[in-house]
Amino acid sequence: MSGVHVTTTINDDPIEYVCPADESLLDVLRDRLGLMGAKEGCGTGDCGACSITLDGQLVCSCLVLGAEAEGRSITTVEGMASGEKLHPLQKQFIDNAALQCGICTPGFLVASKALLDENPDPTETEIRYALAGNLCRCTGYDKIVKAVQAAAKDLRKQNKKK
Amino acid sequence: MRYESPTTTKEAVSLLAKEKGKAFVLAGGTDLLVRLRMDMIDPDLMVDIKRIPAMMEIKKSATGFKIGAGVSGANLGKNKALVKAWPGVVEAANLIGSDQVQGRCTMAGNLCNASPAADSVPAMIAAGAKAIVVGKKRRTVAVEDVITGPGQTSLAKGELIEAITLPARPAKSGDAYLRFIPRTEMDIAVVGVGISLTLSKGVIAKARVSLGAVAPTPLLVKAAAKAIIGTKLDDDALEALAEACSAACNPIDDKRGTIEYRKRIAGVLAKRTAKIAYERAGGK
Repeated sequence: MSGVHVTTTINDDPIEYVCPADESLLDVLRDRLGLMGAKEGCGTGDCGACSITLDGQLVCSCLVLGAEAEGRSITTVEGMASGEKLHPLQKQFIDNAALQCGICTPGFLVASKALLDENPDPTETEIRYALAGNLCRCTGYDKIVKAVQAAAKDLRKQNKKK
Repeated sequence: MRYESPTTTKEAVSLLAKEKGKAFVLAGGTDLLVRLRMDMIDPDLMVDIKRIPAMMEIKKSATGFKIGAGVSGANLGKNKALVKAWPGVVEAANLIGSDQVQGRCTMAGNLCNASPAADSVPAMIAAGAKAIVVGKKRRTVAVEDVITGPGQTSLAKGELIEAITLPARPAKSGDAYLRFIPRTEMDIAVVGVGISLTLSKGVIAKARVSLGAVAPTPLLVKAAAKAIIGTKLDDDALEALAEACSAACNPIDDKRGTIEYRKRIAGVLAKRTAKIAYERAGGK
């Protein structure tokens, strides 16, 4: 194997790995680094289960090469909670029963966070458009949208207090 | 497969030229990496252009805009000057895929992927966009001359697109792009229409009309432009536009639409697109 040596940052931690040139960042995260949060649903960028951010931009990690991550900054669902304390989105997904099997959930959480980082008070339509790249085949989307709305409210309150 | 991420266009061209096996240019990867994962391609070399600073920026000058081949759809949408000057082009590029795809996909990639249904291509053709192609020499090619067939381009081995240029927006001009899909989002065009026009004293003085997904390549339809030049986009002009567009179609039957349907929709959609472009140009 002619590997590519990559130095990058994942959830604020410096990380190094070697991967084949054609290996996806998703496979690197899951199989080399043990970060199992991002899931492979389709492997073709349609389902969003592998959503992460790359230099702050929401992307499907199945459509990024591991080699491309050199010097970039990556966040995954594993970086959302602070220690034992869940992110408001994670808490509201649980409280609103916005998940059943859970395969799509990490992707929805990362995509929802990317939305709320840009737009703290999105309309329902904006939420539905922003999450159009994430597919859920069990819950349906209403509970997910409600959870995002509730979390947005929590986050706005939190930020006001600061 | 080898992965290279050069920092200059010259280096990228030299890597592509030297490669004896199959070499591919990696921009956003939203088509290329799908093909890689589905074993549709077996590359020996992939040249990532996203470390080349000139390919990652949008430059505005007196002659217009120069959009680097690595600029993502998301970043096109964030460029206010570009959105103001060429709303149709940006809308078309931003229609492609989800936010996740927008974070990576590029117009140059959309062009080189050479799908008959590429959304940004008819909008670019209508806008008079050109591709700056770099290989042994540097040449400028009209976007309508890049795609030669489904998945085929006029780029030679060792050539790549460095940037897409859009002309400066003339006064009293507007552009628009509409596509028809069976669902509301996340689908491939059944028909796409890009129109750009310029008014003089309320009358259409110049126009370019382009159709996507209705022929093996996106089309520049001169007869459709002729149908509205010299008019104030009255009902007769709109009918003539629709007829010219339907006549220009050479589509296939597939699960998204039949030949007959595509021809009809091309006309209907052209009328709607022209109205938006006309209104944006300040026409009443």
